[in-house]
Amino acid sequence: MITKAPLSTLSRAALFALLIVAAAFVLLAWQADTVHAQAPTPSDDEVNAIARQLYCPVCENTPLDVCPTEACRQWRELIRQKLAEGWTEEQIKQYFVENYGARVLAEPPRQGVFWLAYIVPPIAILAGAFILYRALKAWNRPEAAAPGVGESEATPVQDEYMARLEEELRKRE
Amino acid sequence: METMQAEQTSKRTIPLWAQVLIWGGLLGLLAVLAWGLVRAQQGTVQPGDTIPDFTLPLFSGYEYNGQSEVHLSELRGKVVVINFWASWCKPCEQEAAELESAWRHYRESGDVVFLGADYVDTEPEARQYLRRFDITYPNGPDKGTKISQLFRIKGVPETYFIDRQGVLRYVQIGPFRSEDEIRAIIDPLLAP
Amino acid sequence: MIADFGYGILVTALVVALYAAGAAIYGARKPSARAVESARRAMLLIWPLLTVAALALIYLLVNDHYEVEFVYQVTSRSMPFYLKVTALWGGQAGSLVFWSWLMALFASAVTLRNWARDREFLPWVIVVTAITIAFFLAMVVFFENPFARFWQTASGVDAYTFRPAGGLPVTPEDGRGLNPLLRHPGMIIHPPMLYLGFVSFVIPYAFAMAALITGRTDDRWIRITRRWTLWAWLFLSLGLVLGARWAYDVLGWGGYWGWDPVEISALMPWLTGTPFLHSVMIQERKGMLKHWNMFLIILTYDLVIFGTFLTRSGVLSSVHAFAQSAIGPMFFAFIGLTLITSLALLFWRWPDLRGETEMKSLLSREALFLFNNLLFLSILVVCFWGVIFPLISELVTGQKVTVGPPFYERATSPLWGALLLLMGIAPLSAWGRSTAKTLGRVLWKPALAALLVVAAVYFLAGVRNVVALIGFTLIAFTGFVTLYEFWRGARARQKAHRESLPLALWRLAGRNRRRYGGYIIHISMVLMAIGILGIEVFQTETQGTVQLGEALALDRYTLTYTDIARFDVPDGRNVTRAVLQVTRDGKAVAELHPRIDYYYDSQQPMTIPGLYSTLADDLYVILVDWEPASAVGATFKVFHNPLVNWLWIGALVFIFGTLVAAWPEREPAYVPVRAAATASGKA
Repeated sequence: MITKAPLSTLSRAALFALLIVAAAFVLLAWQADTVHAQAPTPSDDEVNAIARQLYCPVCENTPLDVCPTEACRQWRELIRQKLAEGWTEEQIKQYFVENYGARVLAEPPRQGVFWLAYIVPPIAILAGAFILYRALKAWNRPEAAAPGVGESEATPVQDEYMARLEEELRKRE
Repeated sequence: METMQAEQTSKRTIPLWAQVLIWGGLLGLLAVLAWGLVRAQQGTVQPGDTIPDFTLPLFSGYEYNGQSEVHLSELRGKVVVINFWASWCKPCEQEAAELESAWRHYRESGDVVFLGADYVDTEPEARQYLRRFDITYPNGPDKGTKISQLFRIKGVPETYFIDRQGVLRYVQIGPFRSEDEIRAIIDPLLAP
Repeated sequence: MIADFGYGILVTALVVALYAAGAAIYGARKPSARAVESARRAMLLIWPLLTVAALALIYLLVNDHYEVEFVYQVTSRSMPFYLKVTALWGGQAGSLVFWSWLMALFASAVTLRNWARDREFLPWVIVVTAITIAFFLAMVVFFENPFARFWQTASGVDAYTFRPAGGLPVTPEDGRGLNPLLRHPGMIIHPPMLYLGFVSFVIPYAFAMAALITGRTDDRWIRITRRWTLWAWLFLSLGLVLGARWAYDVLGWGGYWGWDPVEISALMPWLTGTPFLHSVMIQERKGMLKHWNMFLIILTYDLVIFGTFLTRSGVLSSVHAFAQSAIGPMFFAFIGLTLITSLALLFWRWPDLRGETEMKSLLSREALFLFNNLLFLSILVVCFWGVIFPLISELVTGQKVTVGPPFYERATSPLWGALLLLMGIAPLSAWGRSTAKTLGRVLWKPALAALLVVAAVYFLAGVRNVVALIGFTLIAFTGFVTLYEFWRGARARQKAHRESLPLALWRLAGRNRRRYGGYIIHISMVLMAIGILGIEVFQTETQGTVQLGEALALDRYTLTYTDIARFDVPDGRNVTRAVLQVTRDGKAVAELHPRIDYYYDSQQPMTIPGLYSTLADDLYVILVDWEPASAVGATFKVFHNPLVNWLWIGALVFIFGTLVAAWPEREPAYVPVRAAATASGKA
């Protein structure tokens, strides 16, 4: 297994990878979008803005913009090239999905069976909320209106607070 | 959350439907985990398995008999050697020349087909790599990583040898050290 | 020699643990006090045994015994002494030994408590803890022996526990060295903290099981384990925070939390442990939710094991995962068995666990606590689903997918926000009854103050981001409510006892430590929320390649690249270190040294950021790339992380608050049952 590529490239890539960067001018990350159409060579920031949303299968669960492997470096260059050709962010992402599968996206695509990813948690949460609501209603039935032990009821809060606090303090001392 | 539900509807026991739901859900969950575990443990496809059909699109200039894609099913009756590689993969470079010369050895006979499946790679770099090692056998990108998932590869390079009946006969993990090594695997598969 | 000895000790410990479980079951069923006593003593023997085994392993690690496979994998000659010791938990086998050792420590501590009033629990607590220990020891003894040595046989060199036929010992010259990612101080204490959190949650679970088995299903088990749970929660939370800090310092993403499956699997027990901490208060106070609390602790225990399973089975891949190994199926079986057994026990005792009183108002504190439970469990559902969805997707469609940060952030951030809001309201609501009117009367002042703060943020600081504004509103509101609580309590006490305000505050908190410790924890959560909101919403970054003397600019900062050097250091690293002069608004504020450490033994580079921290923000610089031979210059990535340090400050406050709440008190064990029951129903 030692000879396997992901490991050995991982070790070298970060050190020896050469970034072919032309005169990159510095922009705030959020400004990048507004300028990229007229930029002659896409800057690192423009590339990273897209790379951040992609995941390379070679380093699973690490976003592309910070993954140090050689494979990911090549991917970033590919993004730069596509940007230079005038592709939009959506087109580039689409290109990556077609070539490397749905796993390159940070989330499952919203289609077909993958909708399960988005539907199941809300359903479970709503079911939980419903169950809680029913439980509270059941607990709240009038027949159960025996007053709680030591509970002062509709007294004004400030006084109740004082009373409760003092009662507790007394118990403690 | 079912527990709270049951707590209020019946103070005696949990209603049957809730029990069924809970146990069913639990077993379903365990089944998914078990499957994930089996998959994680099983490694690559093993010799003896029949490889289902797949389609490998090919780079222009690296076609198979002039076709821009190749189906495994078309190759029944030939020995198929499928090699997973990538241009960013250093160990792949160690075996690139050996694979190519092995291919040239068998090319004339027409009984053996070499296929290069380029794993998670970018085309310009891949072409550069192919030129650098003067590779001539059909090569193409593993689009959507479908083929590598089919073989459940664990890394690159890996090479799979499929016999004339479409049955996997040998798996090489890691690079070959010599051409003889490759031929020693192919020759028995060619024997009638 | 030492290796064989260590292995022998591990085997002995396993046998003793199995004996303890067996004797305890026998003693409880018979019943035989002698058998239980024997089990108790056996239990007490495990920890010393494991201490010896761990020491033997540490001896081998420290003395470069590379004939032992584990030592070879995690250490090398160039590593400093302390790292060789902590390498104990740097690999699969050693960390399992360490896990068992911690578990045995807790089990011994609980075995030594005063059992006079809880005799019937003792054997079952021993059974549960001993079985858990035995399981982990069995993993070590049968699958992951840290004492296995290298032997040369006809088929090559491999590691075996016993000398294979015709085998010759092999001793490699040097080891592979600890994974550089694990050489960070945060990583040295992060796993022990996480493990401590994990193992200490086993104790409340053991008591819960004992309560179910014996049928003594009042809230006794909760009262006994209250402090254990708090400690467990403290350790788990600390483990998570340290892990976050480690990721921030070492992984070079400019962030602290990547929603990685392994991170999430460590978070999941916390997501059930926290509501458990809250809802046990309802049971103590009102006798309600008995089923629910059982369910929560069972879930917590199995999520602990599940987390351990995920990291070690190869089911998921992640930066944190251990190499896949044979122990996956064993963990799977263990999770399945414990989950099924515990739930079956719970269902069996279901009728005995009925609640005592009733809920009277949707705004009462118990109702709000239930909403809190719902929210935590909702986050759990999102996390759990996100973690296993890639498996389901592959199973159903044959396609792998990634479930990454956007998924979790979108789904959980409203839930976290709601929790924050609840944290503000719940302490002001009364047990039993609250109405919108009574609640409104206490809430309007903090709410008004919060609105003022947010207005200031909007108009003065010019923040227009909606998420940030909502977040700051919730943060300010909850913060004010909690501080207001302190103030009201102290004022009330000041009036009643004629004490000075500070003294009143001190005594108030001192006499109601659980409650006010809890409030301090709430404040710490508010502080952490400030940090999280800051980095999540306001983080900016830039990357660029510059020549010597050129500068990068980000927000108010300018970073001028002035020097770079590459050199070797004696501990086996090659360091590439850049120097950047930082100015803010034109004024020089710092010199930063981002660097890349290349480890020769493991052939891995590490990116160590340069950090300039203030209370307002962090400037975080990574050296991405530099080649000595080229004229291209050096590439840097710069992050500006506003407010992030409040996350770490919050963590310190959090420790303080938990200590206040959990520090042992003198009286409890000797108070008669009745009095204890009334006295502790206060928080």
